[in-house]
Amino acid sequence: MEVLHAVFAAPFLDMADDPVFFLEVVIGGLMSGVMYSLVALGFVLIFKASGIFNFSQGVLALFAALTLVGLMTGTMPFSLQKVLPEFPPIIAIALTILVMIGIAFLIERIVLRPLVNQSDMITFMSTIGIAFVLEGVGDTMWGSDVKVLDIGIPSGNWVIGEMYIQIFDLWATAIAGILVIVLAVFFQKTRTGRALRAVADDHQAALSVGIPLKTIWVVVWSVAGLVALVGGIMWGSKSGVQFSLSLIALRALPVLIIGGLTSIPGAIIGGLIIGVGEKVSEVYWGPLVNGAIENWFAYILALIVLLFRPQGLFGEKIIERV
Amino acid sequence: MTVDPQTKTGGNLILEVENISLSFGAVRAIEDVSFSVIEGEILAIIGPNGAGKTSMLNVINGFYHPQEGQIQFGGEVRRQMRPYQAARGGIARTFQNVALFKGMTTLDNIMTGRNLKMNRWATNIFAAAFYVGPTRREEMRHREYAERVIDFLEIQAIRKTPVGRLPYGLQKRVELGRALAAEPTLLLLDEPMAGMNLEEKQDMCRYVLDVNDEFGTTVALIEHDMGVVMDISDRVVVLDYGRKIAEGTPDEIKSNQAVIDAYLGTTASSATA
Repeated sequence: MEVLHAVFAAPFLDMADDPVFFLEVVIGGLMSGVMYSLVALGFVLIFKASGIFNFSQGVLALFAALTLVGLMTGTMPFSLQKVLPEFPPIIAIALTILVMIGIAFLIERIVLRPLVNQSDMITFMSTIGIAFVLEGVGDTMWGSDVKVLDIGIPSGNWVIGEMYIQIFDLWATAIAGILVIVLAVFFQKTRTGRALRAVADDHQAALSVGIPLKTIWVVVWSVAGLVALVGGIMWGSKSGVQFSLSLIALRALPVLIIGGLTSIPGAIIGGLIIGVGEKVSEVYWGPLVNGAIENWFAYILALIVLLFRPQGLFGEKIIERV
Repeated sequence: MTVDPQTKTGGNLILEVENISLSFGAVRAIEDVSFSVIEGEILAIIGPNGAGKTSMLNVINGFYHPQEGQIQFGGEVRRQMRPYQAARGGIARTFQNVALFKGMTTLDNIMTGRNLKMNRWATNIFAAAFYVGPTRREEMRHREYAERVIDFLEIQAIRKTPVGRLPYGLQKRVELGRALAAEPTLLLLDEPMAGMNLEEKQDMCRYVLDVNDEFGTTVALIEHDMGVVMDISDRVVVLDYGRKIAEGTPDEIKSNQAVIDAYLGTTASSATA
Protein backbone atom coordinates (compact mmCIF):
# COMPACT_ATOMS: atom_id res chain seq x y z
CA MET A 1 0.00 0.00 0.00
CA GLU A 2 2.74 2.38 0.95
CA VAL A 3 4.59 1.58 -2.26
CA LEU A 4 1.50 2.22 -4.36
CA HIS A 5 0.99 5.52 -2.62
CA ALA A 6 4.57 6.53 -3.20
CA VAL A 7 4.40 5.68 -6.92
CA PHE A 8 0.91 6.71 -7.91
CA ALA A 9 -0.17 9.40 -5.47
CA ALA A 10 2.68 11.20 -3.76
CA PRO A 11 4.36 12.56 -6.91
CA PHE A 12 1.12 14.08 -8.16
CA LEU A 13 0.44 15.60 -4.75
CA ASP A 14 3.90 17.13 -4.88
CA MET A 15 3.14 18.61 -8.30
CA ALA A 16 -0.11 20.12 -7.07
CA ASP A 17 1.60 21.40 -3.95
CA ASP A 18 4.07 23.60 -5.78
CA PRO A 19 2.73 24.31 -9.29
CA VAL A 20 5.35 26.97 -10.02
CA PHE A 21 8.15 24.52 -9.41
CA PHE A 22 6.34 21.95 -11.53
CA LEU A 23 6.05 24.45 -14.37
CA GLU A 24 9.74 25.20 -14.05
CA VAL A 25 10.56 21.52 -14.34
CA VAL A 26 8.32 21.16 -17.41
CA ILE A 27 9.86 24.20 -19.09
CA GLY A 28 13.33 22.92 -18.29
CA GLY A 29 12.29 19.64 -19.88
CA LEU A 30 10.93 21.35 -22.99
CA MET A 31 14.19 23.21 -23.39
CA SER A 32 16.37 20.14 -23.17
CA GLY A 33 13.86 18.47 -25.46
CA VAL A 34 14.62 21.12 -28.07
CA MET A 35 18.27 20.11 -27.88
CA TYR A 36 17.36 16.47 -28.51
CA SER A 37 15.15 17.53 -31.38
CA LEU A 38 18.04 19.39 -32.98
CA VAL A 39 20.11 16.22 -33.13
CA ALA A 40 17.17 14.06 -34.20
CA LEU A 41 16.44 16.49 -37.03
CA GLY A 42 19.80 15.72 -38.61
CA PHE A 43 18.90 12.03 -38.74
CA VAL A 44 15.40 12.63 -40.11
CA LEU A 45 16.64 14.96 -42.84
CA ILE A 46 19.21 12.56 -44.21
CA PHE A 47 16.80 9.67 -43.94
CA LYS A 48 14.00 11.48 -45.74
CA ALA A 49 16.29 12.80 -48.42
CA SER A 50 18.41 9.76 -49.14
CA GLY A 51 16.89 6.74 -47.46
CA ILE A 52 20.09 6.32 -45.44
CA PHE A 53 20.11 6.13 -41.68
CA ASN A 54 23.17 8.19 -40.94
CA PHE A 55 24.84 6.77 -37.86
CA SER A 56 27.58 9.38 -38.02
CA GLN A 57 25.28 12.35 -37.35
CA GLY A 58 26.45 12.68 -33.72
CA VAL A 59 30.09 12.59 -34.71
CA LEU A 60 29.43 15.15 -37.44
CA ALA A 61 28.08 17.45 -34.71
CA LEU A 62 31.16 16.81 -32.59
CA PHE A 63 33.49 17.41 -35.51
CA ALA A 64 31.71 20.65 -36.43
CA ALA A 65 31.95 21.91 -32.86
CA LEU A 66 35.64 20.93 -32.60
CA THR A 67 36.44 22.73 -35.85
CA LEU A 68 34.57 25.81 -34.71
CA VAL A 69 36.40 25.95 -31.38
CA GLY A 70 39.70 25.27 -33.13
CA LEU A 71 39.19 28.18 -35.51
CA MET A 72 38.03 30.51 -32.77
CA THR A 73 41.04 29.78 -30.59
CA GLY A 74 43.48 29.88 -33.52
CA THR A 75 44.61 26.29 -33.04
CA MET A 76 46.80 24.79 -35.74
CA PRO A 77 45.22 21.49 -36.79
CA PHE A 78 47.29 18.37 -35.93
CA SER A 79 50.01 20.27 -34.03
CA LEU A 80 47.56 21.71 -31.48
CA GLN A 81 49.62 24.87 -31.07
CA LYS A 82 47.79 28.13 -30.92
CA VAL A 83 49.67 29.91 -33.69
CA LEU A 84 46.91 30.94 -36.09
CA PRO A 85 44.91 34.15 -35.78
CA GLU A 86 41.80 33.84 -33.66
CA PHE A 87 38.72 34.22 -35.84
CA PRO A 88 35.64 36.04 -34.57
CA PRO A 89 32.60 33.73 -34.22
CA ILE A 90 30.82 34.75 -37.44
CA ILE A 91 33.85 34.10 -39.64
CA ALA A 92 34.69 30.92 -37.77
CA ILE A 93 31.15 29.66 -38.33
CA ALA A 94 31.33 30.48 -42.03
CA LEU A 95 34.65 28.63 -42.32
CA THR A 96 33.24 25.67 -40.42
CA ILE A 97 30.33 25.51 -42.85
CA LEU A 98 32.87 25.34 -45.68
CA VAL A 99 34.69 22.54 -43.89
CA MET A 100 31.42 20.61 -43.47
CA ILE A 101 30.64 21.03 -47.18
CA GLY A 102 34.15 19.78 -47.94
CA ILE A 103 33.46 16.72 -45.80
CA ALA A 104 30.22 16.17 -47.74
CA PHE A 105 32.23 16.14 -50.99
CA LEU A 106 34.72 13.66 -49.54
CA ILE A 107 31.99 11.35 -48.25
CA GLU A 108 30.26 11.36 -51.63
CA ARG A 109 33.50 10.67 -53.50
CA ILE A 110 35.10 8.13 -51.20
CA VAL A 111 32.15 6.33 -49.62
CA LEU A 112 28.86 6.80 -51.45
CA ARG A 113 29.91 6.71 -55.08
CA PRO A 114 31.47 3.24 -54.92
CA LEU A 115 28.35 2.03 -53.11
CA VAL A 116 25.76 3.12 -55.68
CA ASN A 117 22.93 0.62 -56.01
CA GLN A 118 23.95 -1.32 -52.90
CA SER A 119 21.29 -2.09 -50.34
CA ASP A 120 20.42 0.44 -47.65
CA MET A 121 21.96 -1.81 -45.00
CA ILE A 122 25.36 -1.49 -46.64
CA THR A 123 25.22 2.29 -46.78
CA PHE A 124 24.11 2.27 -43.14
CA MET A 125 27.16 0.19 -42.20
CA SER A 126 29.37 2.60 -44.12
CA THR A 127 28.06 5.49 -42.03
CA ILE A 128 29.23 3.64 -38.91
CA GLY A 129 32.64 3.59 -40.56
CA ILE A 130 32.41 7.30 -41.28
CA ALA A 131 31.60 7.89 -37.60
CA PHE A 132 34.77 6.11 -36.41
CA VAL A 133 37.02 7.77 -38.98
CA LEU A 134 35.69 11.26 -38.23
CA GLU A 135 36.04 10.72 -34.50
CA GLY A 136 39.65 9.61 -34.93
CA VAL A 137 40.50 12.43 -37.28
CA GLY A 138 38.79 14.94 -34.98
CA ASP A 139 40.90 13.65 -32.10
CA THR A 140 44.24 13.98 -33.91
CA MET A 141 43.31 17.28 -35.50
CA TRP A 142 42.03 19.17 -32.50
CA GLY A 143 43.04 17.19 -29.41
CA SER A 144 40.84 15.35 -26.95
CA ASP A 145 40.60 17.81 -24.06
CA VAL A 146 37.29 19.43 -23.11
CA LYS A 147 36.97 22.83 -24.76
CA VAL A 148 34.85 25.82 -23.93
CA LEU A 149 32.70 27.12 -26.75
CA ASP A 150 31.29 30.61 -26.46
CA ILE A 151 29.98 32.26 -29.59
CA GLY A 152 28.23 34.97 -27.68
CA ILE A 153 24.80 33.48 -27.13
CA PRO A 154 23.47 35.41 -24.13
CA SER A 155 23.24 33.45 -20.91
CA GLY A 156 21.72 34.23 -17.58
CA ASN A 157 18.23 33.86 -16.21
CA TRP A 158 14.97 35.43 -17.04
CA VAL A 159 12.66 35.69 -14.07
CA ILE A 160 8.89 35.62 -14.44
CA GLY A 161 7.22 35.77 -11.08
CA GLU A 162 8.91 33.01 -9.14
CA MET A 163 10.06 31.14 -12.23
CA TYR A 164 13.56 31.04 -13.64
CA ILE A 165 14.06 30.45 -17.35
CA GLN A 166 17.51 30.23 -18.88
CA ILE A 167 17.92 32.72 -21.70
CA PHE A 168 20.30 30.37 -23.49
CA ASP A 169 17.51 27.80 -23.74
CA LEU A 170 15.19 30.35 -25.29
CA TRP A 171 17.82 31.05 -27.92
CA ALA A 172 18.20 27.36 -28.61
CA THR A 173 14.45 27.11 -29.12
CA ALA A 174 14.35 30.08 -31.47
CA ILE A 175 17.27 28.78 -33.52
CA ALA A 176 15.76 25.31 -33.77
CA GLY A 177 12.46 26.84 -34.87
CA ILE A 178 14.05 28.90 -37.63
CA LEU A 179 16.10 25.95 -38.80
CA VAL A 180 13.02 23.75 -39.04
CA ILE A 181 10.98 26.29 -41.00
CA VAL A 182 13.75 27.00 -43.49
CA LEU A 183 14.41 23.31 -44.03
CA ALA A 184 10.73 22.42 -44.37
CA VAL A 185 10.20 25.04 -47.08
CA PHE A 186 13.41 23.98 -48.78
CA PHE A 187 12.41 20.32 -48.89
CA GLN A 188 8.76 20.79 -49.82
CA LYS A 189 8.73 23.70 -52.21
CA THR A 190 11.89 23.91 -54.22
CA ARG A 191 13.51 22.23 -57.17
CA THR A 192 16.47 20.96 -55.16
CA GLY A 193 14.23 19.74 -52.35
CA ARG A 194 12.09 17.85 -54.80
CA ALA A 195 15.16 16.38 -56.46
CA LEU A 196 16.37 15.20 -53.04
CA ARG A 197 13.12 13.40 -52.32
CA ALA A 198 13.10 11.97 -55.84
CA VAL A 199 16.54 10.47 -55.38
CA ALA A 200 15.47 8.93 -52.08
CA ASP A 201 12.55 7.25 -53.82
CA ASP A 202 14.06 5.90 -57.02
CA HIS A 203 17.62 6.36 -58.30
CA GLN A 204 16.94 5.29 -61.85
CA ALA A 205 13.79 7.36 -62.35
CA ALA A 206 15.62 10.35 -60.90
CA LEU A 207 18.42 9.90 -63.43
CA SER A 208 15.90 9.71 -66.27
CA VAL A 209 14.57 13.18 -65.53
CA GLY A 210 18.09 14.53 -65.43
CA ILE A 211 18.76 14.74 -61.71
CA PRO A 212 22.50 14.33 -61.12
CA LEU A 213 22.92 11.85 -58.24
CA LYS A 214 26.38 13.04 -57.22
CA THR A 215 25.36 16.64 -56.74
CA ILE A 216 22.29 15.62 -54.78
CA TRP A 217 24.33 13.51 -52.38
CA VAL A 218 26.73 16.34 -51.75
CA VAL A 219 23.76 18.61 -51.03
CA VAL A 220 22.21 16.08 -48.64
CA TRP A 221 25.41 15.64 -46.67
CA SER A 222 26.10 19.36 -46.64
CA VAL A 223 22.67 19.97 -45.15
CA ALA A 224 23.38 17.22 -42.61
CA GLY A 225 26.68 18.90 -41.80
CA LEU A 226 24.91 22.22 -41.34
CA VAL A 227 22.31 20.78 -38.99
CA ALA A 228 25.13 18.99 -37.17
CA LEU A 229 26.94 22.31 -36.81
CA VAL A 230 23.89 23.94 -35.24
CA GLY A 231 23.43 20.95 -32.91
CA GLY A 232 27.14 20.95 -32.10
CA ILE A 233 27.15 24.67 -31.28
CA MET A 234 24.15 24.39 -28.97
CA TRP A 235 25.36 21.30 -27.11
CA GLY A 236 28.95 22.50 -27.12
CA SER A 237 28.10 25.87 -25.60
CA LYS A 238 25.97 24.18 -22.98
CA SER A 239 28.20 21.37 -21.79
CA GLY A 240 31.58 22.06 -23.40
CA VAL A 241 32.97 20.47 -26.54
CA GLN A 242 34.07 16.98 -25.58
CA PHE A 243 34.06 13.57 -27.17
CA SER A 244 31.01 12.42 -25.28
CA LEU A 245 29.14 14.84 -27.56
CA SER A 246 29.10 12.12 -30.19
CA LEU A 247 27.01 10.05 -27.79
CA ILE A 248 24.15 12.52 -27.93
CA ALA A 249 23.37 10.66 -31.14
CA LEU A 250 22.32 7.75 -28.95
CA ARG A 251 20.04 10.12 -27.07
CA ALA A 252 18.42 10.97 -30.39
CA LEU A 253 17.56 7.36 -31.21
CA PRO A 254 14.58 7.11 -28.84
CA VAL A 255 13.43 10.50 -30.12
CA LEU A 256 13.43 9.08 -33.63
CA ILE A 257 11.58 5.96 -32.60
CA ILE A 258 8.93 7.96 -30.79
CA GLY A 259 8.54 10.65 -33.43
CA GLY A 260 8.93 8.46 -36.49
CA LEU A 261 12.01 8.35 -38.69
CA THR A 262 10.38 10.15 -41.60
CA SER A 263 8.70 13.06 -39.88
CA ILE A 264 10.22 16.46 -39.17
CA PRO A 265 7.40 17.47 -36.79
CA GLY A 266 7.84 14.02 -35.25
CA ALA A 267 11.48 14.74 -34.47
CA ILE A 268 10.51 17.94 -32.72
CA ILE A 269 7.59 16.60 -30.73
CA GLY A 270 9.44 13.37 -29.94
CA GLY A 271 12.31 15.44 -28.54
CA LEU A 272 9.95 17.51 -26.42
CA ILE A 273 8.15 14.45 -25.06
CA ILE A 274 11.43 12.90 -24.01
CA GLY A 275 12.80 16.12 -22.57
CA VAL A 276 9.75 16.73 -20.40
CA GLY A 277 9.30 13.05 -19.51
CA GLU A 278 12.90 12.75 -18.35
CA LYS A 279 12.90 15.83 -16.19
CA VAL A 280 9.51 15.24 -14.61
CA SER A 281 10.18 11.59 -13.86
CA GLU A 282 13.62 12.39 -12.50
CA VAL A 283 12.37 15.05 -10.14
CA TYR A 284 9.20 13.35 -8.91
CA TRP A 285 9.88 9.63 -9.20
CA GLY A 286 13.68 9.70 -9.07
CA PRO A 287 14.03 9.61 -5.29
CA LEU A 288 12.06 6.32 -5.20
CA VAL A 289 14.79 4.49 -7.07
CA ASN A 290 17.69 6.65 -5.95
CA GLY A 291 17.68 8.75 -9.09
CA ALA A 292 19.25 8.35 -12.51
CA ILE A 293 15.88 7.81 -14.20
CA GLU A 294 17.00 10.37 -16.76
CA ASN A 295 19.48 7.90 -18.19
CA TRP A 296 17.07 5.19 -19.17
CA PHE A 297 13.65 6.85 -19.28
CA ALA A 298 13.84 7.65 -23.01
CA TYR A 299 14.66 4.09 -23.98
CA ILE A 300 11.79 2.57 -22.01
CA LEU A 301 9.41 5.07 -23.59
CA ALA A 302 10.77 4.18 -27.02
CA LEU A 303 10.23 0.48 -26.34
CA ILE A 304 6.63 1.11 -25.38
CA VAL A 305 6.03 3.12 -28.55
CA LEU A 306 7.64 0.36 -30.61
CA LEU A 307 5.19 -2.15 -29.17
CA PHE A 308 2.11 -0.21 -30.17
CA ARG A 309 3.14 1.98 -33.11
CA PRO A 310 6.26 0.69 -34.84
CA GLN A 311 6.29 3.53 -37.39
CA GLY A 312 6.40 6.09 -34.58
CA LEU A 313 3.77 8.63 -33.62
CA PHE A 314 4.12 10.62 -36.83
CA GLY A 315 5.94 8.29 -39.21
CA GLU A 316 4.64 7.42 -42.64
CA LYS A 317 2.51 4.36 -42.64
CA ILE A 318 4.07 1.84 -44.94
CA ILE A 319 1.77 1.62 -47.95
CA GLU A 320 1.85 -1.60 -49.88
CA ARG A 321 -0.43 -2.49 -52.74
CA VAL A 322 -1.03 -6.17 -53.16
CA MET B 1 13.78 16.45 -98.25
CA THR B 2 10.21 15.53 -98.86
CA VAL B 3 8.21 13.89 -96.14
CA ASP B 4 5.69 11.28 -97.12
CA PRO B 5 2.63 12.24 -95.05
CA GLN B 6 1.49 8.63 -94.81
CA THR B 7 4.60 7.00 -93.48
CA LYS B 8 6.63 10.05 -92.48
CA THR B 9 9.65 8.46 -94.16
CA GLY B 10 12.08 10.87 -95.68
CA GLY B 11 11.98 13.18 -92.64
CA ASN B 12 15.02 14.17 -90.64
CA LEU B 13 16.63 11.52 -88.52
CA ILE B 14 16.43 12.44 -84.85
CA LEU B 15 18.29 9.43 -83.53
CA GLU B 16 20.56 6.92 -85.20
CA VAL B 17 21.65 3.78 -83.46
CA GLU B 18 24.57 2.19 -85.28
CA ASN B 19 25.90 -1.34 -84.86
CA ILE B 20 25.18 -1.47 -81.15
CA SER B 21 26.35 -4.57 -79.29
CA LEU B 22 25.79 -4.98 -75.58
CA SER B 23 26.69 -7.93 -73.41
CA PHE B 24 26.55 -8.71 -69.72
CA GLY B 25 29.43 -11.09 -69.13
CA ALA B 26 28.87 -13.94 -71.57
CA VAL B 27 25.26 -13.01 -72.27
CA ARG B 28 24.80 -11.11 -75.49
CA ALA B 29 21.78 -8.88 -74.93
CA ILE B 30 22.05 -6.90 -78.14
CA GLU B 31 24.07 -7.88 -81.19
CA ASP B 32 24.95 -5.44 -83.92
CA VAL B 33 21.64 -3.62 -84.06
CA SER B 34 21.18 -0.50 -86.17
CA PHE B 35 18.09 1.55 -86.78
CA SER B 36 17.04 5.14 -86.85
CA VAL B 37 14.18 7.19 -85.55
CA ILE B 38 12.65 9.77 -87.88
CA GLU B 39 11.54 13.11 -86.54
CA GLY B 40 7.83 13.18 -85.82
CA GLU B 41 7.13 9.48 -86.16
CA ILE B 42 5.88 6.84 -83.77
CA LEU B 43 8.29 3.94 -83.89
CA ALA B 44 7.42 0.65 -82.24
CA ILE B 45 10.08 -1.78 -81.09
CA ILE B 46 8.63 -5.25 -80.75
CA GLY B 47 9.91 -8.75 -80.17
CA PRO B 48 9.41 -11.79 -77.95
CA ASN B 49 10.41 -11.72 -74.28
CA GLY B 50 14.14 -11.34 -73.78
CA ALA B 51 14.69 -9.96 -77.26
CA GLY B 52 16.62 -6.97 -75.91
CA LYS B 53 13.97 -4.28 -76.33
CA THR B 54 14.29 -2.74 -72.88
CA SER B 55 18.09 -3.06 -73.06
CA MET B 56 17.91 -1.06 -76.28
CA LEU B 57 15.96 1.74 -74.57
CA ASN B 58 18.43 1.67 -71.70
CA VAL B 59 21.29 2.10 -74.17
CA ILE B 60 19.57 5.05 -75.83
CA ASN B 61 18.88 6.70 -72.52
CA GLY B 62 22.35 6.02 -71.11
CA PHE B 63 21.61 3.48 -68.37
CA TYR B 64 23.57 0.77 -70.21
CA HIS B 65 26.83 1.36 -71.97
CA PRO B 66 27.25 -0.76 -75.10
CA GLN B 67 30.61 -2.36 -75.84
CA GLU B 68 30.38 -1.59 -79.53
CA GLY B 69 28.64 0.81 -81.84
CA GLN B 70 27.62 4.43 -81.58
CA ILE B 71 24.61 6.62 -81.07
CA GLN B 72 23.91 9.76 -83.01
CA PHE B 73 21.55 12.14 -81.32
CA GLY B 74 21.02 15.88 -81.55
CA GLY B 75 23.85 16.32 -84.02
CA GLU B 76 26.40 14.56 -81.83
CA VAL B 77 27.93 11.14 -82.24
CA ARG B 78 28.62 9.30 -79.01
CA ARG B 79 30.05 5.93 -78.13
CA GLN B 80 27.72 5.86 -75.17
CA MET B 81 25.08 8.09 -73.66
CA ARG B 82 24.98 9.26 -70.07
CA PRO B 83 21.56 9.57 -68.41
CA TYR B 84 22.17 13.23 -67.70
CA GLN B 85 23.21 14.00 -71.29
CA ALA B 86 20.19 12.13 -72.59
CA ALA B 87 17.82 14.08 -70.36
CA ARG B 88 19.57 17.34 -71.25
CA GLY B 89 19.28 16.54 -74.96
CA GLY B 90 15.54 16.06 -74.68
CA ILE B 91 15.09 12.33 -74.23
CA ALA B 92 12.43 11.48 -71.66
CA ARG B 93 11.23 8.02 -70.82
CA THR B 94 8.88 5.85 -68.85
CA PHE B 95 9.65 2.46 -67.36
CA GLN B 96 8.26 -1.03 -67.77
CA ASN B 97 7.51 -1.43 -64.09
CA VAL B 98 6.52 2.17 -63.27
CA ALA B 99 9.36 4.05 -61.58
CA LEU B 100 7.57 6.92 -59.90
CA PHE B 101 8.53 8.72 -56.72
CA LYS B 102 5.94 6.89 -54.65
CA GLY B 103 5.93 9.07 -51.57
CA MET B 104 5.45 12.26 -53.58
CA THR B 105 2.19 13.64 -54.95
CA THR B 106 1.19 13.53 -58.60
CA LEU B 107 1.98 17.22 -58.93
CA ASP B 108 5.42 16.85 -57.33
CA ASN B 109 6.21 13.91 -59.58
CA ILE B 110 5.34 15.92 -62.65
CA MET B 111 7.30 18.89 -61.32
CA THR B 112 10.44 16.73 -61.12
CA GLY B 113 10.01 16.35 -64.88
CA ARG B 114 10.56 20.13 -65.08
CA ASN B 115 13.87 19.72 -63.25
CA LEU B 116 16.11 20.54 -66.19
CA LYS B 117 13.87 23.32 -67.46
CA MET B 118 14.11 25.35 -64.29
CA ASN B 119 16.46 28.26 -64.14
CA ARG B 120 19.53 27.14 -62.24
CA TRP B 121 20.33 30.54 -60.90
CA ALA B 122 16.88 31.24 -59.51
CA THR B 123 16.67 27.83 -57.87
CA ASN B 124 20.18 27.43 -56.49
CA ILE B 125 20.31 25.96 -53.03
CA PHE B 126 21.02 29.18 -51.21
CA ALA B 127 18.17 31.09 -52.82
CA ALA B 128 15.94 28.06 -52.46
CA ALA B 129 16.69 27.68 -48.75
CA PHE B 130 15.08 31.05 -48.16
CA TYR B 131 12.48 30.74 -50.92
CA VAL B 132 13.03 34.32 -52.08
CA GLY B 133 11.28 36.12 -54.94
CA PRO B 134 13.03 34.69 -58.02
CA THR B 135 12.78 31.16 -56.66
CA ARG B 136 9.10 31.59 -56.03
CA ARG B 137 8.42 33.08 -59.47
CA GLU B 138 10.36 30.31 -61.18
CA GLU B 139 8.37 27.76 -59.21
CA MET B 140 5.08 29.36 -60.31
CA ARG B 141 6.10 29.46 -63.96
CA HIS B 142 6.82 25.75 -64.01
CA ARG B 143 3.82 24.93 -61.92
CA GLU B 144 1.78 26.41 -64.76
CA TYR B 145 3.29 24.04 -67.29
CA ALA B 146 2.82 21.10 -64.93
CA GLU B 147 -0.85 22.01 -64.65
CA ARG B 148 -1.13 21.99 -68.44
CA VAL B 149 0.26 18.47 -68.52
CA ILE B 150 -2.17 17.48 -65.78
CA ASP B 151 -5.09 18.90 -67.78
CA PHE B 152 -3.91 17.17 -70.93
CA LEU B 153 -3.79 13.79 -69.21
CA GLU B 154 -7.05 14.43 -67.36
CA ILE B 155 -5.60 13.69 -63.93
CA GLN B 156 -6.73 16.87 -62.17
CA ALA B 157 -8.55 14.91 -59.51
CA ILE B 158 -5.43 13.15 -58.23
CA ARG B 159 -3.16 16.18 -58.28
CA LYS B 160 -2.42 16.02 -54.55
CA THR B 161 -2.56 12.26 -54.05
CA PRO B 162 0.68 10.45 -53.21
CA VAL B 163 1.20 8.27 -56.28
CA GLY B 164 1.87 5.17 -54.19
CA ARG B 165 -1.85 5.08 -53.46
CA LEU B 166 -3.01 5.26 -57.08
CA PRO B 167 -4.15 2.28 -59.12
CA TYR B 168 -1.66 0.97 -61.65
CA GLY B 169 -3.30 2.45 -64.74
CA LEU B 170 -3.20 5.95 -63.27
CA GLN B 171 0.40 5.52 -62.13
CA LYS B 172 1.34 4.79 -65.73
CA ARG B 173 -0.41 7.97 -66.76
CA VAL B 174 1.41 10.03 -64.13
CA GLU B 175 4.68 8.57 -65.32
CA LEU B 176 3.84 9.68 -68.86
CA GLY B 177 3.05 13.09 -67.41
CA ARG B 178 6.45 13.32 -65.75
CA ALA B 179 8.11 12.51 -69.08
CA LEU B 180 5.95 15.05 -70.93
CA ALA B 181 6.72 17.78 -68.42
CA ALA B 182 10.31 17.75 -69.66
CA GLU B 183 9.06 18.85 -73.11
CA PRO B 184 11.02 16.04 -74.72
CA THR B 185 12.02 15.87 -78.37
CA LEU B 186 12.16 12.10 -78.14
CA LEU B 187 9.86 10.16 -75.86
CA LEU B 188 10.76 6.57 -74.98
CA LEU B 189 7.88 4.48 -73.66
CA ASP B 190 8.60 1.05 -72.23
CA GLU B 191 5.38 -0.97 -72.47
CA PRO B 192 3.04 1.95 -71.76
CA MET B 193 -0.03 -0.29 -71.95
CA ALA B 194 1.17 -3.35 -70.09
CA GLY B 195 -1.31 -4.64 -67.54
CA MET B 196 -4.06 -2.23 -68.54
CA ASN B 197 -7.65 -3.04 -69.34
CA LEU B 198 -9.14 -2.24 -72.73
CA GLU B 199 -10.48 1.15 -71.76
CA GLU B 200 -7.20 2.26 -70.18
CA LYS B 201 -5.35 1.07 -73.26
CA GLN B 202 -7.58 3.13 -75.51
CA ASP B 203 -7.01 6.21 -73.36
CA MET B 204 -3.26 5.67 -73.39
CA CYS B 205 -3.27 5.22 -77.20
CA ARG B 206 -5.15 8.46 -77.52
CA TYR B 207 -2.62 10.31 -75.33
CA VAL B 208 0.33 8.93 -77.27
CA LEU B 209 -1.25 9.89 -80.60
CA ASP B 210 -2.18 13.34 -79.29
CA VAL B 211 1.31 13.99 -77.96
CA ASN B 212 2.69 13.00 -81.32
CA ASP B 213 0.15 15.09 -83.24
CA GLU B 214 -0.15 18.22 -81.19
CA PHE B 215 3.37 18.65 -79.85
CA GLY B 216 5.14 16.91 -82.71
CA THR B 217 6.99 14.77 -80.18
CA THR B 218 8.79 11.80 -81.67
CA VAL B 219 7.87 8.58 -79.89
CA ALA B 220 9.72 5.27 -79.67
CA LEU B 221 7.76 2.66 -77.77
CA ILE B 222 7.98 -0.96 -76.77
CA GLU B 223 4.68 -2.79 -76.77
CA HIS B 224 3.41 -6.34 -76.72
CA ASP B 225 -0.17 -5.70 -77.77
CA MET B 226 0.02 -6.21 -81.54
CA GLY B 227 -3.35 -4.54 -82.14
CA VAL B 228 -2.03 -1.36 -80.49
CA VAL B 229 1.29 -1.53 -82.32
CA MET B 230 -0.32 -1.95 -85.73
CA ASP B 231 -2.82 0.84 -85.06
CA ILE B 232 -0.66 3.63 -83.77
CA SER B 233 2.86 3.18 -85.08
CA ASP B 234 4.27 4.55 -88.31
CA ARG B 235 7.13 2.08 -88.42
CA VAL B 236 8.09 -1.06 -86.56
CA VAL B 237 11.49 -2.53 -85.65
CA VAL B 238 11.49 -6.20 -84.67
CA LEU B 239 14.16 -7.66 -82.38
CA ASP B 240 14.70 -11.33 -81.60
CA TYR B 241 17.52 -12.77 -79.46
CA GLY B 242 19.24 -9.39 -79.51
CA ARG B 243 19.27 -9.08 -83.30
CA LYS B 244 17.16 -6.96 -85.57
CA ILE B 245 15.17 -9.28 -87.78
CA ALA B 246 12.89 -6.83 -89.55
CA GLU B 247 12.05 -3.16 -89.97
CA GLY B 248 9.21 -1.53 -91.90
CA THR B 249 5.64 -0.30 -91.89
CA PRO B 250 3.10 -2.26 -89.82
CA ASP B 251 1.72 -3.85 -92.99
CA GLU B 252 5.14 -5.02 -94.13
CA ILE B 253 5.83 -6.46 -90.67
CA LYS B 254 2.53 -8.37 -90.57
CA SER B 255 3.48 -10.35 -93.63
CA ASN B 256 7.20 -10.74 -92.85
CA GLN B 257 8.10 -14.42 -92.64
CA ALA B 258 11.03 -13.92 -90.22
CA VAL B 259 8.73 -12.10 -87.79
CA ILE B 260 6.06 -14.76 -87.98
CA ASP B 261 8.73 -17.38 -87.31
CA ALA B 262 10.09 -15.50 -84.33
CA TYR B 263 6.67 -15.19 -82.74
CA LEU B 264 5.25 -18.60 -83.56
CA GLY B 265 8.42 -20.68 -83.77
CA THR B 266 9.77 -22.08 -87.02
CA THR B 267 8.16 -25.47 -86.78
CA ALA B 268 4.75 -24.03 -85.97
CA SER B 269 4.81 -21.78 -89.01
CA SER B 270 5.90 -24.57 -91.34
CA ALA B 271 3.13 -26.73 -89.93
CA THR B 272 0.50 -24.13 -90.67
CA ALA B 273 1.93 -23.44 -94.09
